[in-house]
Amino acid sequence: MSDEGTEAKENKEPKEPRWVERVAPKNVDWSSLAVIPFLAVFSALVVGAVFIIFTEGLGSVLPAYGALLRGAFGGWNSISETLLVATPLIFAGLAVALGFQAGLFNIGAEGQMTIGGLTAVIVGISFEGLPAVIHLPLALAAGFVGGALWGFIPGVLRAKTGAHEVITTIMLNFIAFRILDYILKQPFTQAEGRFDPISKDVLESARLPRILTWLPVEGVEMLRLNLGFILALAVAWIVYWILFKSTIGFEFRAVGANPDAAKYGGMAVTSAIILVMVLAGGLAGLGGSNETLGVLGRAFPGFTAQIGFDAIALALLGRSHPGGVVLSAILFGALRVGGRAMQVETDVGIDLIIIIQALIIVFVAAPELVRAIYRIKGGEEARQLTRGWST
Amino acid sequence: MTAVAGTADFVRAPAEIRRARILGIVYLLLATVVFLFFAVGTEGDVTFRLGDQPGDLDFTVSAQVLATFTAVVFAFLGGIQLTKGFGAKTNVVLAIAIGLFAFSFLGWAAAGKSLSLIGMLGTTVALAAPIAFGALSGVMCERVGVINIGIEGMLLTGAFTGAVVGTVMSPLFGILGAAIAGGLMALALAVLAIKYRVDQIIAGVVINIFALGLTSFLSSQFLVENASGLNNPGVLGPIRIPLLAEIPVLGRILFDQNIFIYVMYLLVAGMTYGLFKTRWGLQSRAVGEHPKAADTLGINVFRRRYINVFLGGLIAGFGGAYFTLGSVGAFNENMTAGRGFIGLAAMIFGRWHPVGALGAALVFGFADSLQVKLGILDTGIPSEFLLSAPYLVTIIVVAGVVGKARPPAADGQPYIKE
Repeated sequence: MSDEGTEAKENKEPKEPRWVERVAPKNVDWSSLAVIPFLAVFSALVVGAVFIIFTEGLGSVLPAYGALLRGAFGGWNSISETLLVATPLIFAGLAVALGFQAGLFNIGAEGQMTIGGLTAVIVGISFEGLPAVIHLPLALAAGFVGGALWGFIPGVLRAKTGAHEVITTIMLNFIAFRILDYILKQPFTQAEGRFDPISKDVLESARLPRILTWLPVEGVEMLRLNLGFILALAVAWIVYWILFKSTIGFEFRAVGANPDAAKYGGMAVTSAIILVMVLAGGLAGLGGSNETLGVLGRAFPGFTAQIGFDAIALALLGRSHPGGVVLSAILFGALRVGGRAMQVETDVGIDLIIIIQALIIVFVAAPELVRAIYRIKGGEEARQLTRGWST
Repeated sequence: MTAVAGTADFVRAPAEIRRARILGIVYLLLATVVFLFFAVGTEGDVTFRLGDQPGDLDFTVSAQVLATFTAVVFAFLGGIQLTKGFGAKTNVVLAIAIGLFAFSFLGWAAAGKSLSLIGMLGTTVALAAPIAFGALSGVMCERVGVINIGIEGMLLTGAFTGAVVGTVMSPLFGILGAAIAGGLMALALAVLAIKYRVDQIIAGVVINIFALGLTSFLSSQFLVENASGLNNPGVLGPIRIPLLAEIPVLGRILFDQNIFIYVMYLLVAGMTYGLFKTRWGLQSRAVGEHPKAADTLGINVFRRRYINVFLGGLIAGFGGAYFTLGSVGAFNENMTAGRGFIGLAAMIFGRWHPVGALGAALVFGFADSLQVKLGILDTGIPSEFLLSAPYLVTIIVVAGVVGKARPPAADGQPYIKE
C-alpha cells in the first residue's frame, strides 16, 4: 500500500500513451488486485446475510452459511462436486474474459455453450465402435467448433457492420435454445421412446473419464470429477500464454485498450475482433461439451444452467485474467454446490446465490464503492471495459 | 488532435458503405427468396379480414400475385439501396419492407384460407407494448448519455412488484408500485454509472442479474407457497373509448385497449414534445451530447442524469407491470424473456426518438404476432424457427441499421467534473 503514493505521482506525467500502460503494465499492483475482490466477496456475503435475516430470521444466518461451507468443502465428495461444477465455469469464464481483454462484452457464452454442447453430443452419439482416444477428442473438437461458429457470427457482425455484440449475442442465445429444442426432437438425436426434446446417451467412448477413482477413500465411486477439470486448467494456461506471451495476444489487448491506436499501429482490428469472438465461442463450446460429455452424458433443454451468465460475474471477479478466472470459478462452484446443501438443510432458497453473485459484480465493478465502505485510500479507478453503441 | 479525429472519420466511412451494401444485398436475397418460395407454385387466394365479422371488410388477393409484387418491390429497393441509398429514410423503408415481407409470407401460409388481420394488428399492439416501454426507457436514459442495458431487469422487477402489490392492494396500486420499483432499480444504475463511474454496460448487466436473482428468490420463497394471496392480481380489461372506438379498423386497434396502451401513446407524444420542444429536453440532449459544454452553461449534469435515468426506470417498471397486470395475470420467473433487450434494439432502430422507438416496437410486435399466427395456421415450419423470428429480426436490424443511426455523442461515458 505504501508505494501507491509514488506510483500515483509517476502517473501524473505519463511518458507513453495511456493505452500502452494498460496493455503492458510495468508494475502490477497485486495488493489492490487481490484486496478488492476479497472485500467484494465478503461484502456480498454480508448483504446476502441481510436477505436471510429478512426472509428467515437472524438465527438462520449461521446455519445457512455453515451448510454452504460444509456443502462446498466438507469432505472428498464436496470438493469433487465443487471442482466439477467449477469446470464449465472456467471455460465459460475464459470465454467472457478473453472478450473483455479485447474490449468485447461476450454475453453469448450461454448460447455458445448450448451449440457447442449440442455439436459435441451429435459426435458423441455417432461413430459407434470408435476407440476413446479418437472419439473423445473428436467430440471435444466438435464442441469447440460449434461454439466457435456461434462466436463467429457476432464477431463478424461487430467487425463488419458495427452491430453491438451485447445485443447480437443475447439474441443468439435465444436462437441457440430454439435450435437445441429443434435438433433434440429429430429422430437422429432424440432418445428412443421419448417425445420430449432429449438426446440419446453419449457413447462410453466419448465420455470424459473420471479422475478421482484411484483415491483410497470410501465411496470413491461417487466422486464425479472428470478429465474436464484438468483440461480446463490446461486451457486456462493456454489462454494466459496467448494473451500475455504471444504477439496476437498483445494485439487483442491493444484492440481492447484503444482500437483506433491499434489500427494506426498497423494491427488488423477487424480480424482481431473476429478471432477473439471465435476463440471465445470455442472456449464456451468446450464448456458446454464438458457438461454433455462429462457430467450429464446427454443434452436436454437448459443443460447450460445459466453457467454462461455466471461466467460474466466471475470474469469480472477474476479481473479478466485466466488465473483469476480459475480461482473465481472455484469460488462460484463452491457457492453453487454449497447453495444446494444450504437449500436442503435450511429453508434458504438457492436463488440467494444469484443475488450474492450480482452483488459481487457490483462491488468488483465499483472499486470506489468498496473503498468508500472500508475507507481504503487511493488505488485504481473503475475501468471502462466495454464500448458504447458506435464502433 | 483534429487531424487524428478527421482521419478516424475517414477510416470509418468504408464500414458504412459496406453496411449499406450488405443491406442492399439482403434486399436482393429476400426478393429471390420471396419469389422462389412464396410465389412459384403457390395457388389460391388469401382473404384478409379487416372487420369484426367475416365479409365485413374483406379484401381478397391471389397469394401468388402478392408474392410476385413483393419480390419486385424488394428487387427495386435492393437496386436503390446499392446505388444511391435511402439516406435518413433507411429505417422507415426497412420497416415497411419487413411489413411487406410478412404480408407475402402470410399470403403464402394462408393461401386458400382467410385471415383476420384486425385480430393480428390488435395482437401486434399488445405484444409491442412492453417492447415500446423498454425502448422509451432507453431513450430517456441515453438522451442524457447513460446507456441502460438494465431495462430487462427493470421490466422484470416491475412485473414482480405489479403482481404482488396488485394482488395485495389493487391493480392500480400495483402499477404504481411497479413503476416505483423500476425507478429504484434505475437509481441503483444511476449511482453505479454516475457516482462510481462503473462501466455502464456492466452496471446494466448487474441490474439484470440482480433483478433476476431477486425476483426468482422472492418468488420461490413466497409466491409459490401462497399464489392466491400474493400472485393473483387479475388482468386489467380494455377500456373502450366511446365514439372513437367505432371507427372501422383503427378504432379497435387504437381506442379499445387497456390502460397500458393509452399510456404508451401518451408517453410517446409527451416525450417527443418534452425532448424537442421544451427547455428540459434541450438541456437533457445537451447533457447527452456534450456534458462539458452543458456544465459550462450552468446545467447540473449529474442532477439531469440522475433525474432522467430515474424517469426511465419509472417507464420500464410501468411497462413491466404490463406482463402481469396487462396480459398474463400472474408472475412467472424470468417472464420477460429478453423483451427488454429487444426494446433496446427498438430504441436503436428508432434512432433514439420516441416516435421511432414506438414504430420499431410495432415492427417487433408484428414479428411476434406473426409467429403466434403461423403457429395456429400450421404451415409445416417448425415452431422453434418461428419462435426465433423476433430475435433474428433484431439481429438483422441492429446489423443493418445501427451504424447509420448516431447515438448521443456522450452515450456511455461517465462525466467527471473538473
